[in-house]
Amino acid sequence: MPENTSATVEESAVPVATAPGSAVKGMKKDKPERVASMWSDARRDLMHNWVFLVSAVLILALLVIAALPGLFTSGDPYAKGFCDLSNSVVPPSGAHWFGFDVQGCDIYTRTIYGTRNSIIVGVLTSVLTTLVGCVLGMVAGLRSGWLDVLVSRFTEIWFAIPTMLGGLLVLAMLGTGNVVTVSLIMAVLGWPQLFRIMRGAVITNKQNDYVMAARALGAGGWRIAMRHILPNALAPVIVVSTINLGVYISAEAAFSYLGIGVQSPNISWGLMISDGQDRFLSAPHMVLFPSLFLSVTVLAFIMLGEAVRDALDPKLR
Amino acid sequence: MGRYVIRRLLQMVPVFIGSTFLIFFMVYALGDPVAALFGDKAPDPATAARIREDLHLDEPLWKQYLLYMGAIFQGDFGTAFNGQPVTELMASAFPVTLRLTLVAIVIEIVVGITLGVVSGLKRGRPLDTGLLVLTLVVISVPTFVSGYLLQFLFGVKWGWVRPSVSSEARLDELILPGVVLALVSLAYVTRLSRTSIAENVRADYVRTAVAKGLPRHRVITRHLLRNSLIPVVTFIGADIGALMGGAIVTERIFNIHGVGYQLYQGILRNNAPTVVGFVTILVIVFLVANLLVDLLYAVLDPRIRYA
Repeated sequence: MPENTSATVEESAVPVATAPGSAVKGMKKDKPERVASMWSDARRDLMHNWVFLVSAVLILALLVIAALPGLFTSGDPYAKGFCDLSNSVVPPSGAHWFGFDVQGCDIYTRTIYGTRNSIIVGVLTSVLTTLVGCVLGMVAGLRSGWLDVLVSRFTEIWFAIPTMLGGLLVLAMLGTGNVVTVSLIMAVLGWPQLFRIMRGAVITNKQNDYVMAARALGAGGWRIAMRHILPNALAPVIVVSTINLGVYISAEAAFSYLGIGVQSPNISWGLMISDGQDRFLSAPHMVLFPSLFLSVTVLAFIMLGEAVRDALDPKLR
Repeated sequence: MGRYVIRRLLQMVPVFIGSTFLIFFMVYALGDPVAALFGDKAPDPATAARIREDLHLDEPLWKQYLLYMGAIFQGDFGTAFNGQPVTELMASAFPVTLRLTLVAIVIEIVVGITLGVVSGLKRGRPLDTGLLVLTLVVISVPTFVSGYLLQFLFGVKWGWVRPSVSSEARLDELILPGVVLALVSLAYVTRLSRTSIAENVRADYVRTAVAKGLPRHRVITRHLLRNSLIPVVTFIGADIGALMGGAIVTERIFNIHGVGYQLYQGILRNNAPTVVGFVTILVIVFLVANLLVDLLYAVLDPRIRYA
């Protein structure tokens, strides 16, 4: 659940790979035999991992639903006359699988159309936090000294505000939320987590032999950073960013549930759960189906992150 | 050690100033506390101006911040929307949430680490796989869904506990809300300690301990567990911030009048003094908790020295 936006998953097992793959890549280019880079190993590993396959299929399905909701339902939840009060709280039936909500809107159509908002929030927030965290983390990790101190202190200030708490504050003060504002606010509050991971990974990788070897071969600072340190330091960041996709989707639902996230008439699973919750005892279908979609979506992204972690982490092989 | 603590406390000062200023900025720059006092009605300009002056809202933001901080250090957190001093709200709310968070943390630590150790020692067995799948499911279900479900099952259907917590919020009433609050973190603690145990169980020092004939439970508790706890402790430190955020949802479900409830009321009514006051205290709690976590490292691993 949303608490985990700030609850970092900085496991010690976060892979900080030491494979000198990228350093030898260039030499092996012409040979047909397998290139033993960390990433190709991971790819091979993932293809045999059922957790990865299941989550990938789920996510693919969710992406299709988000992109083309019209394929899955003939109704349009934003159209006039979509909701019919005479259908209020009608339970699921053969024609309407998920039943109707208090306003008499078809829950199946609304749930399908709600997918897009959740996916957008997850992807947008995760991409933004990763970008900001990586750039600042690279800078701080590579340039030790006053710049590192400055950026690290600045990050600590942001890190001291828990994401859920800060998000609640800003959203409530803004009064209106939508998909983009919710994502931006969570990104502004969430990047320090990725900064910390990136900076730590860069510092660890900087001291490795292959960096010294590259330097001895005459590689410049920029080349070492981009070609040697970045690919190896990126592994733990990608794992956490993938898991965060699910965490942020869950957080958006929580904000909408509290009434300060996505606002009606826009559709959000959190908002649907909040609407149905007063009649949970008499009409559980109003809460059940959006909750199911929400949980499965979050589960799919967290499983993907876990599978990627297992593939990139050499320790537990 | 003493010098390290002092250095860390000094380092906390700029962080504290920076983050409280950020919070202050968010609340006062984004919202309009005076308009909020009048609800939907348009405020009378003269009255609004007077309130503005009383609350120093006509001063530049940095000066407002200094005035506010000055008042806080004299124990004056301002007044809430109903005219009650914010400190009074805090005095009634913080003990409740403290109890709730303690219940949650204890459950998280005891159950989470136990499950993690069992799972890590049986790596790859059906029990381990089952627990891993279960934790994933628990992490994916949002608190506001699992909370309602547990409240419905235990409180309404089977009637084992009262579905909502009374105003005294006794410890025994807080067990179910504590479980709900802890649930997601519990799953993370299980996974973290499982990974850590599974990694360390193959370490040389464990083999040595077994070889010299130590009983199994001693190897596990003294050698394995102690060495595996650092990532778990790190997580719990960061998690305290998450628990405070989660308390808002949990307290809403079980109608607990704690910090989350007051904060939510303050936010709904756009009452800046309540919100800034409560969040400021929470930030201090978060900072101190993370300092304690850093100090715990040395207890767990004597190789870590603070100079």
